[in-house]
Amino acid sequence: MKLNLKIWRQENASEKGRLVDYQLDGVTTHMSFLEMMDMLNQLLIEKGERTIEFDHDCREGICGQCGMMINGRAHGPLANTTTCQLHMRSFKDGETIYVEPFRSSAFTVLRDLKIDRGSFDRIIQAGGFISASTGQAPEANSIPIAHETAEAAFDAAACIGCGACVATCKNSSAALFTAAKVVHLAILPQGKLETAKRVDAMVQQMDAEGFGHCSNTEACEVECPQGISVLHIARFNYLYHESRLLSKT
Amino acid sequence: MVKTKGATTQGYKLWMALTGLFLCVFLVIHVLGNLQLFLPAEEARIQFNWYSQLLSNNLIIKIISYVLYLSIIAHVVYAIILSLKKQKANGVKYAYDQRGAVSPWYSRNMGVLGTIIFLFLIVHLKDFWYQYKFTELPLDAHGQKDLYTIVVSAYQELWYVMLYEVGLLALGFHLLHGFFSAIRTLGLYHPKYVKLAKWVAWVYTLAITLGFMAMPIYVYLSH
Ligand code: HEM
Ligand code: FES
Repeated sequence: MKLNLKIWRQENASEKGRLVDYQLDGVTTHMSFLEMMDMLNQLLIEKGERTIEFDHDCREGICGQCGMMINGRAHGPLANTTTCQLHMRSFKDGETIYVEPFRSSAFTVLRDLKIDRGSFDRIIQAGGFISASTGQAPEANSIPIAHETAEAAFDAAACIGCGACVATCKNSSAALFTAAKVVHLAILPQGKLETAKRVDAMVQQMDAEGFGHCSNTEACEVECPQGISVLHIARFNYLYHESRLLSKT
Repeated sequence: MVKTKGATTQGYKLWMALTGLFLCVFLVIHVLGNLQLFLPAEEARIQFNWYSQLLSNNLIIKIISYVLYLSIIAHVVYAIILSLKKQKANGVKYAYDQRGAVSPWYSRNMGVLGTIIFLFLIVHLKDFWYQYKFTELPLDAHGQKDLYTIVVSAYQELWYVMLYEVGLLALGFHLLHGFFSAIRTLGLYHPKYVKLAKWVAWVYTLAITLGFMAMPIYVYLSH
């Protein structure tokens, strides 16, 4: 198939970018979106031009590195799918495809489609951990955890931090990401104890990074490759209000 | 973990939800009271005017009305603060944007709907609330201020009825998302009650919106 691509090119964080047109022929429906991008980059190399930079790692939908705005949708037209798991069979021959980086003022565009998601790391650093003395790995069965609880915690922990929730949010809110991290730890006995401090610190960091508020449009759940439920945001809200109401300071 | 203090977007949203829900409760009382407009004309006049007088003379109602004014102001102020923050958070716009495909349009346009409601409120308060409180009105047979006549004569103009229908439609969509969203903001997270919350939001919105929308049309057609 033949494609008309309109791809965001930007030299670095301080320069302005723009959409550049590319024609690409010989794409097959079996290719993944990233393989199509590789094919285009190969042509650029042969022509002696700078390749289009984008993040990727596992290419099997589990690492959260890849992520592009494809035809105006985070990770492209499919729900709950990473960019690397999107295949060219989702597009038509002769189609025009817009490719842009995930946007938010908390995500800096480093070059082309590559963004800095350090703001997510700093939210985790603010409280997404448990304070345990290190040492020998503890005996696994010394803290009983019901199967359902473990599964629920894992559902939250499944977040791969790709940033699609922020990219698709009309307010660039990091509520789904932060909620997943908060709830993951809040429902486990090891994490429960520090919930109040944690949720407060992570909310403060979320704001400091410049993310917006949550309007409950639920778009994030649709675009999230892991299908993280928006009910985590509800629980995150609950835990936050609780921490504020019961705080001693 | 450093514990810091201060206003957060999460905190602003909580106030939006609380003030919004208070306004939602007020609307229930408002629509129920106004049902008296559907009585036969002469009965409606006495009933409606009596009810209006009751409300404006009651101390508890007076206190509640001040909370109401404050709620509207706070709701609008927080709406403006959050909108400005989100504009900053968004940064560079997408050249091609189809994000709307995955969420209802009214959930993304609460600010626009709210602005329409706000403009509508100015007209509404000026024509009824201000007239009742601050101007000399003719009295009915029981010596009560005749608000009924003011209401009925206002809805004789088709354009005025249309204005109300548009304002109320905006209110309807604001409520449809707002009621459910506020419950989410407060933190109802159990999956069992999610469907219930959305269902209650629908029933509430239909009852309030259709109730209000029927009033100008009924008065227009029956007088
Ligand atoms: C009778 C009038 C009104 C009622 C009953 C009402 C009710 C509500 C409720 C319940 C919410 C949900 C809060 C949440 O998501 O937690 C809400 C949200 C909102 N309201 Fe209102 N509201 C009214 C008037 C207004 C006005 C006059 C404005 C603005 C000028 C406004 C602007 C907004 C905005 C922007 C939101 C969304 C906040 C967000 O982004 O999440 N509302 N409203
Ligand atoms: S490259 Fe790892 S999720 Fe797409």
